[in-house]
Amino acid sequence: MNKTVYLILLFVFLLFLQIFVLNNINFLGYINPFLYIAFVFYFPLKENKFPILFFSFLLGLIIDFFSDSGGIHALSIITIAYLRLFFVRVFFKKLPSDYSFFNLQTEAFGKVFNYIVTLTIIHHFILFAFINFSFQNFTSVLTNTLFSSVFTLVLFFLANYIFTKEQ
Amino acid sequence: MQQIIYFFQKFKYFLFYLLLAFIAIALTLNNLNFHKSKYVNSANSITGGLYSKSSNISEYFSLKSENELLSIENTKLRNQLQKYKSINDSVIEKVIIDSSNFQQKYSFINAKIIKNDFTNPFNFITINRGKNNGVKHEMAVINSKGIIGITDNSKNKYARVQSILNKNSKINARLKNSFYFGTLTWDGKDYKIVQLLDIPRQAPIKVGDTIETGGKSTIFPEGIPIGTITKINIGNTADNKIDIKLFNDMSNLGYVYVIKSLDKIEIKSLENLVDE
Repeated sequence: MNKTVYLILLFVFLLFLQIFVLNNINFLGYINPFLYIAFVFYFPLKENKFPILFFSFLLGLIIDFFSDSGGIHALSIITIAYLRLFFVRVFFKKLPSDYSFFNLQTEAFGKVFNYIVTLTIIHHFILFAFINFSFQNFTSVLTNTLFSSVFTLVLFFLANYIFTKEQ
Repeated sequence: MQQIIYFFQKFKYFLFYLLLAFIAIALTLNNLNFHKSKYVNSANSITGGLYSKSSNISEYFSLKSENELLSIENTKLRNQLQKYKSINDSVIEKVIIDSSNFQQKYSFINAKIIKNDFTNPFNFITINRGKNNGVKHEMAVINSKGIIGITDNSKNKYARVQSILNKNSKINARLKNSFYFGTLTWDGKDYKIVQLLDIPRQAPIKVGDTIETGGKSTIFPEGIPIGTITKINIGNTADNKIDIKLFNDMSNLGYVYVIKSLDKIEIKSLENLVDE
């Protein structure tokens, strides 16, 4: 499939999935997964960071519009979009010349796991710290981060496994 | 000059990130401010339209409980009506209704909740009535069981409501039996429990007492139920905090009423008089 069409479909799919399904799960009363960050994981690696920063900002902002959260989702998703290349270098030891051949499915599972977990926890921590917006209840920020991260990661790896098995 | 261009070349991604982060933080701060939250909210026509479509589908699942609520409320109103009818009947020859003394203070607009949050510390609700239906900034939102929130932003067809489950919301509330009043707030923890602050120490309170709105603000009419006391502060803290269990289940809301206060402008202009 064409790369651009694939990305547009991914953008729209993750957006609607997040707004109409995942934001209403409220597992045990308050735990929601934030699977839309998969956009950052699937966005093709490039030296040029402008496109990913711009599109992830757009995705975060639209989700903010729907969930009345100001600019919190936008802030947390552009942070991991910005830090992505750094962690690719740390975990996969890739050079800029390898970026165009990079594919999450062909890498070793351990490395992929570390990479996804790190970015997810960073994203969720910033998200819940800003949602809480005070230094009180800091334990609730940490517990929310932990539970939501686990939920998101389980969903992400399940979906990743299901949708790539046929290939 | 060369140095500046080199600097921009080297840090262009980081500067772009900072720009976007700055926009996002500014929007976040704006959103938490009751009088400034104009830009990013779910009351605009696109998000509101999508939410009302999705709630049109999902409301079928709660039809039964909605009908039950409606019938309970109708029974209550019919009982009240019968009371007034009998009063009217017994003194029918002496009463001359003077329309200038008989002023309506509030009018009600019906609305449906199309999006509801209760898990964050700052929660907002979206309803399907807006400026076109006469819903404006700072109007009370209630349902038959009790209070829900205050509108904080209205667009043409939809309006956003600051839920009582929002750390910024402050509502005047009083005890039903003794009329001592305090401020109703929320600490952001449990969506079934809200906090009542600043009740005077001499007020006779015990667990199980009913709390209702106080009528000291221009937004809420007096006597709308809120909840019952579950925990009284025994220590000697300054704010004298009391925990209240809400009558409303905030996680399961359907149709609501928006209350328009007709005397609001007059009362506000009186309160804002400069002392001479």
